Amino acid sequence: MKIAVLVKSVPDTAVIPEIGPNGVAVVTGHLDFVLNPFDEYAVEAALQMKQTHGAEVTALSLGGEEARQALRAAFAMGIEIGVQVRPPRGAELTGRGIALCLAQVLRNLAPDLILAGKQAVDGDGAQVAERLAEHLGYLHASAVTRLALENGRLTAHQAFEEGQLVLEMPLPAVITTEKGINEPRYPTLPRILKARRMEIQELDAGLSDARLEPGWRVERISIPRPERHRRLFSEHEAGGVEHLIGLLQQKSRS
Amino acid sequence: MKILVLLESRGELTLGSLSVIAAAAQAADRGHMELHAVWPEPDHEQLHRLAGLGINVLHLVREDLLPPYSQEAWIPFLTELAQNLDARLIAAPASAWGKALCAALAARLDAELAQDCLSLDWTLDGTPLVRKPLYAGKILADLRLDHSPALVTLRPRSVKGAKRDGPIPRIVGHEPSLSPLRCVLKELVPLSTGAVKLTEARVIVAGGRGIGGPDNWTALRELCDILGAALGASRAAVDAGWIHQGHQVGQTGKTVSPDLYIACGISGTIQHRAGMSNAGTVVAINRDPGAEIFQYCDYGLVGDLFEIVPKLTLELKALRGQGS
Repeated sequence: MKIAVLVKSVPDTAVIPEIGPNGVAVVTGHLDFVLNPFDEYAVEAALQMKQTHGAEVTALSLGGEEARQALRAAFAMGIEIGVQVRPPRGAELTGRGIALCLAQVLRNLAPDLILAGKQAVDGDGAQVAERLAEHLGYLHASAVTRLALENGRLTAHQAFEEGQLVLEMPLPAVITTEKGINEPRYPTLPRILKARRMEIQELDAGLSDARLEPGWRVERISIPRPERHRRLFSEHEAGGVEHLIGLLQQKSRS
Repeated sequence: MKILVLLESRGELTLGSLSVIAAAAQAADRGHMELHAVWPEPDHEQLHRLAGLGINVLHLVREDLLPPYSQEAWIPFLTELAQNLDARLIAAPASAWGKALCAALAARLDAELAQDCLSLDWTLDGTPLVRKPLYAGKILADLRLDHSPALVTLRPRSVKGAKRDGPIPRIVGHEPSLSPLRCVLKELVPLSTGAVKLTEARVIVAGGRGIGGPDNWTALRELCDILGAALGASRAAVDAGWIHQGHQVGQTGKTVSPDLYIACGISGTIQHRAGMSNAGTVVAINRDPGAEIFQYCDYGLVGDLFEIVPKLTLELKALRGQGS
């Protein structure tokens, strides 16, 4: 069995990225990058599949230097093969463009199972994996909290607002992982050191700029700063709890 | 030109669907466009609810033909419908169902998709504009969707106020042919009954590290009951194993926009705030006067949540008991 796992580097979630001087782009160059949290679940799911069923697992990441960082993070967790997919130089990519680039490479790799985080927590695009499924003609299940393979069929618990759908499907398939599906392993120091030396394969997406050109334009980027009253009371202060009760009465009824 | 909206049922039409209709109806008015809707699991008793909301044409599919849960069944049908209508914009609720479906549709239509948008607008020259959160809402991007078609999913509760004076929709029936499904539904596991959905809740009571253990949610649950609120949690409480991750609010959990958010024993990390910064009024209860959450709330109470929360519940019960 061949498994592909898609990984991405994202800015550390503890910081707020800045807005560039042009007002239409986010500046992240100064930030620390980490493996997208949802992708950690995908890597762990791939490693567990490999352990149980035996598989060749390849991690793929699209982009420049930051893509190599994501692959090294995946190596540190135990992935053995890493492929950096390079988009055309300078291309500005939306979810549509990213999926088109990755589909080019994955068509040749022809994995039985593609795993990816349910979304990357930078752009929150939440679409690349499902798009890939369509480009490749694979079945898909999104935001999966439980995954099992038996007799060549996948059982996936797909989270939705009111509970979970338990879906059963044959391979090949694309699965996106939701928090709760597993406990991603921590990389050990020897693994982290080894990851630094491991070879990364490089492949060009081989698509033209025109094919990848975004169908939208960013008009403006802003940082929301909701105004808050910040009225503080101590529990025993006169009026503290009473005022709050008034507020609750009003808000829960209006 | 036409806008196509995808509606969703869970027993009845979801709040998210009504929100999408309201936003699309406003946009259709502004852009002089026809509003079409597809309702995959229509409740015929409820069809009257769609009258006047601004929908011109309602597309219905014979129920036994396309199973509502099955994206595999719906994707080809919706692709063809969108192409036949030459839809300028396809809009759906930003639910698990709507988001996955739109991502697949966008690939088939070779179109852009903006997920989880907060608003939909229309320029005078006929171009859709959306506001999309990035970095879990720490940043907002205003996007001009130049290319046709474009897809957008909208957050529940993002649009207030519905149109009432629209037409009665014309109904068009469809009988698509269906190839055998490869992906089948084995089971539907519901959440505990009666639970209010976080993303659609008007009031949320959330607990964090200050809850202290898995058995200490009673006080918050009781307050939820009396307020008709949904129960939320911070990542700290979820990762400690005190509550299921379906309750998590924040960057790796859910993004919510209630009218009132009550944070109990939550320190207020930036990842948590990203998930609830759209709340109308924020109340914080925390023992630590230095907790970061107090910088980001409208009303803060410094004290023990296990004393304050039951007191609130009791007083509210007493007030409601008096029929006030």
